[in-house]
Formats: sequence, structure tokens, C-alpha cells
Amino acid sequence: MPAIERSRPQAPRLAKIVLWVTLLLLHTPILVMILGALIEKTPDSWSWTLRWFSEVVNDQALMDALQNSVLVGVTASLLSTVIGTSAAVGLHRSAGGWRWAVEGLSVVSLVFPEIVFALSLLSLFFILQFELGLTTVVIAHVSFSISYVMMTVGARLATMDRSLEDAARDLGATEWQTYRSVVFPLLVPSIIGGGALSFLLSFDDFLITYFVNGVGQDTLPVKLYTAMKLGVSPKLNALSSLMFVMTLLALIFFFRSSAFRVFFEARGKHESKSEKENP
Amino acid sequence: MKLRDLFLLPAGLWFVVFVLLPLIIVGIVSFATRGTYGGIEWSWTIANYVRAFSPTYLGIFAESFRLALITTGICLVLGVMVSWSMATSSTRLRQLYLMAIVLPFLTNLVIRIYAIRLFVGADGPLQAGLTLLGIPFDAFALTQNKWLVLYGMVTTYLPFMVLPLYGAFEKFDFSLVEAAQDLGADVWKILFTVILPNLKKALWAGSLLVFIPSLGEYVIPDLLGGAKNMLYGNLITEQFLKARDWPFGAALSVLMMVLLLVLALVFRMWEARRARD
Repeated sequence: MPAIERSRPQAPRLAKIVLWVTLLLLHTPILVMILGALIEKTPDSWSWTLRWFSEVVNDQALMDALQNSVLVGVTASLLSTVIGTSAAVGLHRSAGGWRWAVEGLSVVSLVFPEIVFALSLLSLFFILQFELGLTTVVIAHVSFSISYVMMTVGARLATMDRSLEDAARDLGATEWQTYRSVVFPLLVPSIIGGGALSFLLSFDDFLITYFVNGVGQDTLPVKLYTAMKLGVSPKLNALSSLMFVMTLLALIFFFRSSAFRVFFEARGKHESKSEKENP
Repeated sequence: MKLRDLFLLPAGLWFVVFVLLPLIIVGIVSFATRGTYGGIEWSWTIANYVRAFSPTYLGIFAESFRLALITTGICLVLGVMVSWSMATSSTRLRQLYLMAIVLPFLTNLVIRIYAIRLFVGADGPLQAGLTLLGIPFDAFALTQNKWLVLYGMVTTYLPFMVLPLYGAFEKFDFSLVEAAQDLGADVWKILFTVILPNLKKALWAGSLLVFIPSLGEYVIPDLLGGAKNMLYGNLITEQFLKARDWPFGAALSVLMMVLLLVLALVFRMWEARRARD
């Protein structure tokens, strides 16, 4: 709506410079890394190459880690999408009962420092004598993803036209029929957005996975962390660049569903809950 | 039970078992004793808390607190400048800037840190550039130091500051700025007397969003700080993964949670008071 937009006096030049320097500081290392992955250096010359990428793809240990990451990501995001969507619908326009407990705990899982989250889960698994492995990683990932799905779907529910539900009820639909034929179809985009978001969160998680994964069942970030302890190499550049591209792909879903706003607003939940979409 | 409550059941159960219960367990474990070979012995003590308040650990805590404060401060200054110039750009540029700020943030933390290490490492552009310019440097000192930790922290948490601030700037009524200009205020006076007072809420929210994870950070100091920089998050992690002194680690994390809870409560009360005024 550019017509309504009021004029905005320019920020001072210093602020513009700070913006550009900041962007430079944020992006330069990643650019250098991608370049490093594409260059083959010999003592006296260098040339472009895809060799490091093929080395990554042919590394069985890395491919196993990738497989673990994808397996965990898909399982965790499916589970958290189902649980989170169900919770968002349950919270929608209801009062009392379970509501405060579910909402409160969802905030807890959002704002607690990752490290506390990680070690408390480790303690739980230890006491219940769960064997650490991909299952415990999935459980951990679901635990921190549910809230994000709840936020994404909840944001859609909050802006949904109430009269649609009322109309369904007036026409004699049961509660379940209303959900199934009216509410859920309208929620599909936000459910997909929430799912993509939780996959991204799961795929990117390092710290919590590091605490609760089993021996020899590393995900990609954990593998990268271990390899990085030994130093940098063109192969690691290639691996990191590939992961960067995968993140980028997940981002496409993510930006489309405007879930990324929810991501930040969820963390700043105490700030404001009724956020209006900006064009 | 209504259908709606049934929908809440899975999430409720999941949260109780995998969020609430673990926190309770940590609380309980913090009063237990470390077994001779690690692990937990169920004899009750407050020794872990006494130990947590010894000068060594208080020192580590103070250092982490300082780093978190400095990180928050830098993010605050950068965040205001960045979001201010973002919000006053053209609509098209605004979207681009937003993506440019969010993209590195959504990139895996380990990858970003790897990229930083590559940048400052032995064959990296920074050392090559310094050599080219003939500036003497200590190759190892460049790869691991507290400045790198700070750089890692600021670049990691900056988006948490920028996004709330940017959101507030978007809703800010810029005609106030025009009015101030007409009345002859210079740009800094406008910033401090017109803009910032109107962004208070976002400033606080952003600061908390940066401060809370900064305080417990483990990965960044671990990979960019070298062995010299023991911070609270590393201390807790070591207790769990290396020293195998879970009760002490649990006590340390309970203390961190209590501190953060107090901070959140203070913020809440301040907000409530402000709402009443």
C-alpha cells in the first residue's frame, strides 16, 4: 500500500554506514567459505573445481550423518507439526482448563537457554534409562519444535474469519465436521510453514543433539563440529556450503509462509501477541 | 471433555514429560551427590550450591555476565542504527535488507563459526592480507581470542535485536520526526528524545532476547575462544560431558535459571508498571 505510506525522513549517513558494515561482517565469512570450496590450490596457482564437493558426496561417514539428519528432521517435523497444530487448534478461542498449562510450558520451551534444555533432557533420559540414540534426538527436537508450530498455526487461526466456523455450525456441522471441512483446509499453508520451520530447526540444531545423541549416530552439524575441532579443509568448506544451500532451500518455504516472523516473535512472545501482518 | 481439550492433550502430555519433568529432575539432581566414578548418588546435600558460590566459579560467572552484557550493548547500538536505516529505505530495499539480516542467522551456527575460523585461520584471507601489508602478527593468537568470541556472539544474536526493533520502527509514526525537524532538532536529539523513548518496549525485548542466550552460550566460546576463555555455559557442559559431575552441573544451571527468571520477572513488573502509568 504505497499510497498510504507516509514519508519517512532518512536516517543519518552514519546509520547507513553501520548497516552496510554490519551486512559485510555478517556475510563475508560465508562468502569466503563458499569460494574456498570452489577453488583448487596448488603451491603456485589456483583454479576452479568441484572436486571437494565430489569428495564430500563420496564420504560414507558424511553421507551417513546426512541420512541421520534427514531422518531425524523428517520424523521430528512430522511429529511436532501434528502435535503443534492440534495444540494450536485446541487453544483457539478456548479459555481455562488446560489452556494455561499448555501455553505456559510452550513459553518455557521457547525462552529457556538451549543448554539448560539440553542437559535437562539428558538427565531425564539417564534417569528413565533410555538408551541415547536417534530416538532421543527426535524426542528432543520435537520438544523444542512444537511451540514454533503452535505459533505459526496459531497466528493463522487468530486472523481467520470467525463467521466461517459459525456458518458451518449454523448449517448443522458437528464440532469435528467443522474442524475437518472448514478449519483445517484453511490452515494448510501455515501447517506446511510450521513443518518446514521445524525441519529447519531440527536440521540445524547442534547443541541439543550433541547432548542427547548416541555414540556413532552423529547428525551433520555434530559431525561438522567434530571435524572442525581438527581444523579447516576445502572438503569441510564444501560440506558447509552444501548445508548452507540446504538451509536456503528450506528458507524458500519458510519465507513464503511468513513463518520466519513468527520465529522471532515467538521468542519475544512477552513483547506482543497481536502482531498485524505488514505488507 | 470437549473435542477442543482433546486437541490439547498430546502437546500437554509431551510438554509435561519432556519439558517440565526434566526441569524438575535437574532441580532434584542439583541436591544429590556425585558418585565416586561419576553419575549420581542419592544422598542429599547443598554442597553443590556452596561450591557454585566459591570465588573461582563466581569469577567465571562474572566473566560470562560481562560478555553477555557487552554483547547486548553492542547489539543494541548496532541494532538501532541498522533497523533505523532499514526502516527508512524504500519498500523494496527493506525486504532485501531483512532477508540479508535473517539469512546468516538461519544458517547453521556451526557453519557460521566454521566460516569465521576459516576467515581468520592460517591460510585465511585475514592472515594473508596482514602478511601482504607487512603487518607482524601471531598466527595462533589470531585464531582464538576473546575478540573473536565477541564477534561470533554479536553476529549470532544481532537479528534478535534487529527484528523487534525493525518491527517497532515500521509502526513508528515518522511524522513525529518531521515535526521535530521543523522545530529545529538535530538528528541525534531526534534519536534520543523522539525515537528511542517510543521504542522502549522493543529495546527491552531485544536486549532480553540477546542477553538470555548469550549468558548460556557454549558453542561460540568453545570454538572461537580457545581453552583460555572458560565461560558459564562451557563450565556447565564440562560438568555434564567431561567431569561427569552432574549434581554440580545441575546446581549451576538451576542458578542460571533462577537468575534469568528474576530478570524476566523484573521485566514483567516494569512492563506492568509502565502499562498502568
